[in-house]
Amino acid sequence: MIGVGKAKQYANVLDKPLSRGRQEVSLSAFAFLFSELVQYNQTQVDNIAELERRLEDAGYAVGARVLELLCHREKGNRRETRLLGILSFIHSTVWKVLFGKVADSLEKGTEHEDEYMISEKELLVNRFISVPKDMGAFNCGAFVAGIVRGVLDNAGFPAVVTAHFVPIEGQQRPRTTILIKFAEEVLHREARLG
Amino acid sequence: MECMMCEILYLEKEDQAYQHQFILHAALDVVQDLAWTTNAMSLKSVDRFNELVVSVYVTAGHTRFMLLHDTRTEDGIKSFFQEVHELYIKIFLNPLYLPGSRITSSHFDTKVRALARKYL
Repeated sequence: MIGVGKAKQYANVLDKPLSRGRQEVSLSAFAFLFSELVQYNQTQVDNIAELERRLEDAGYAVGARVLELLCHREKGNRRETRLLGILSFIHSTVWKVLFGKVADSLEKGTEHEDEYMISEKELLVNRFISVPKDMGAFNCGAFVAGIVRGVLDNAGFPAVVTAHFVPIEGQQRPRTTILIKFAEEVLHREARLG
Repeated sequence: MECMMCEILYLEKEDQAYQHQFILHAALDVVQDLAWTTNAMSLKSVDRFNELVVSVYVTAGHTRFMLLHDTRTEDGIKSFFQEVHELYIKIFLNPLYLPGSRITSSHFDTKVRALARKYL
């Protein structure tokens, strides 16, 4: 093999430095991998709810790791203890690292106190996915919902996170909204912390 | 949900091992409440027992590193925790590692002991 600037070989992953590494991954490689993930899970389940749950679980594992890594790398070892803090962390830092841009919007739900929504015109994971009519309201954004749930759960803000399509007039493709519904204890603690 | 991932007994005398483990576990509740009062990860000393002190470091994912020691300087302990945190992240990033499960890597064990010798 032609030696091109020999990189230092480490015996064990624990010796390797936790550097930033290459920031970008090929979009087509990711799209291909994600489509295989969805197809594999499709063969394993009987219904849509189960498929969404599996994608969410896959995302949960990613979310847990993303939280630890980003708090160490980007935030210089500061944790988030407040609700708005963790939400803006997800909306900007996590989105920027995972998708290359901050999320389109972060809103508070009008009907319920414990609901928040992160909206995105076109989720990166959904870009090359078309959902057949007979699958109804299935959304591969369940993977991203899982990532968000992983981050929130591990940071101590348990929540139920789901992804929904919201049709917008004037646009052919519907907007995707990640709906976050926090558990009771989170609101109690927020009220207590003042 | 409490699960203990790694327990390293350093300079332990046999008869006191159980007592030390008990003191550490008893300090867990204090850490829970204390973790929500501050943004910082290093919580320094949270509990005392006779001449033993418990120092704690909480990560973003609420994983607690707890150290039981006799009264000594704080700086070495903080650097120790930061280095262990980096090692922990590298273990955690492994997609095949189940968060909360026991860390069985002997390399991790060796490295933490080396850090303990260096900083403590």
